[in-house]
Amino acid sequence: MTRDEVRGAILDILSEIAPDENIESIDDNRKLRDQMDLDSMDFLDIVMELRKRFNIEVPEKDYEHLATMSGCIAYLQPLMLKKQVAN
Amino acid sequence: MAYDVAIIGAGLSGLAAGIRLALFDKKVVLIERHTEIGGLNSFYSRKHRTFDVGLHAMTNFSPRGARNTPLGKILKQLRFRHEDFRLCPQETSEIRFPGKSLRFTNDFEFLTQEVAEQFPDQLDGFLKLSARIREYDEISLENRSWISARRVMEEFLSDPLLIDMLFCPLAYYGNAREEDMEFYQFVIMFKSIFLEGFSKPLGGMHYILHLLADKYRALGGELILGNGVESLCVENSRVTALQLEGGQAIEASAVLSSMGYLETLRRCSPAPPQATEAAPGKMSFMESIFVLDREPRELGFDRSIVFFCTRPRFEYRVPGELVDVTSGVLCCPNNFRFPEPLPEGILRLTHQANFELWDRLPRKEYIAAKKECRARGLAELATFFPDFSDSVVFIDSFTPKTIHKYTGHIHGAVYGCPDKVKNGVTPVKNLFICGTDQGFLGIIGATLSGISMANFHVLQGHR
Repeated sequence: MTRDEVRGAILDILSEIAPDENIESIDDNRKLRDQMDLDSMDFLDIVMELRKRFNIEVPEKDYEHLATMSGCIAYLQPLMLKKQVAN
Repeated sequence: MAYDVAIIGAGLSGLAAGIRLALFDKKVVLIERHTEIGGLNSFYSRKHRTFDVGLHAMTNFSPRGARNTPLGKILKQLRFRHEDFRLCPQETSEIRFPGKSLRFTNDFEFLTQEVAEQFPDQLDGFLKLSARIREYDEISLENRSWISARRVMEEFLSDPLLIDMLFCPLAYYGNAREEDMEFYQFVIMFKSIFLEGFSKPLGGMHYILHLLADKYRALGGELILGNGVESLCVENSRVTALQLEGGQAIEASAVLSSMGYLETLRRCSPAPPQATEAAPGKMSFMESIFVLDREPRELGFDRSIVFFCTRPRFEYRVPGELVDVTSGVLCCPNNFRFPEPLPEGILRLTHQANFELWDRLPRKEYIAAKKECRARGLAELATFFPDFSDSVVFIDSFTPKTIHKYTGHIHGAVYGCPDKVKNGVTPVKNLFICGTDQGFLGIIGATLSGISMANFHVLQGHR
């Protein structure tokens, strides 16, 4: 997956979790929590969706990497790449 | 059949837990003893009319876009849009005591203004109390030491009448304990009623419950109706199977039970010692539903809900007689902002009642007592409200005995045990409690309870 594809996949998850939010205007370098009013329940959903859609397990100690969009991409892109190779 | 999770009880907490688990591909089965879903907040039909039970109104109203309120949280966790719930907000409600009245709406400023006018010397304390409540984290899952709500109120307010008036609605809508309330529960109720407020879904409980059940089924969840759990087989502190009344056995890795803490433990085989140690709840109610031949407003009933007490001091406890008619709740479903007026006028009158006394009555006396208590309730009401008896076209009443029959709660205790199990943990390792006895109250609270317990114990796996 390219960087843009990973970003698109995360946006898909966010729009599913928060259908009322405007996800077009997300600033990749600001915390998602501040831009979208996400709480710990939402982060659980992001992690659960990653497991469901891409079979990626994010351990609790790594949740901090998911704080911003650019953090998500940096953390997830190599994992998604591995999945593709494995497939 | 082997499942990841078996959920006992298809009320709001069970349905919500079911949706969460099915959403993430868990193999889930939801087992309901009755032929209809809903549990404590359900509905029934008589003579072509469908009535809600339990629900006077939904508390915790917050407008679209408020994502961090309890309503906002359940909508996003269950993947619904605000408009899916079709919530119609209240007009004005009231707390009516002898010589004093406090009106409130879904705008907290309105109640603050009422307090300023009715209890000017208490305003400062009231504002400080509300600030304390706003900053309190009431939905933390940690069990904390017991704090008396009355004691906290007394720290801020010196007028016992105002204390009683604020306590009355919160007790009626969610207090399992007699006389006093645990502070965090008081906070839940205060926020849900005064800071957030009331609404009713268009189509009533029937609509909301089926919205949830349809989503649950669409996600692949299984629903068994009309077949209760007879016993939970326990070996080495784990539930190994659920034995159903219909004879089948169900295996599941984890069990979430919404039938009540003691009710659940007592069905464990063998039952853990805690099944007889904890005290069951006792607070129960009688309610009469009056269908009117006109809009209640025409008869002088223009409030959405009135919490009243005809005596100077409000008492919340199991009465020494069948019902205590000196305080109660009068709900008028017509006075919510529905897009179209409801087809008929309805008033619902709720009083505190004594399960044991009702339960003792033989059938014939039971029916006579219902009539008699209803008449006493109306006579007491007439000292405070206009008389509407000439406009009644249909009446139905339920008692603590009815509640016991349909919910299985010991003593027909609507709000379950006074001591809640906030983290949902039981002495049996893979068995967890959700719903009333977990301690998030009200309809939105029960839903949030199912979500939280499914997240915490199954999806995050805090076992």
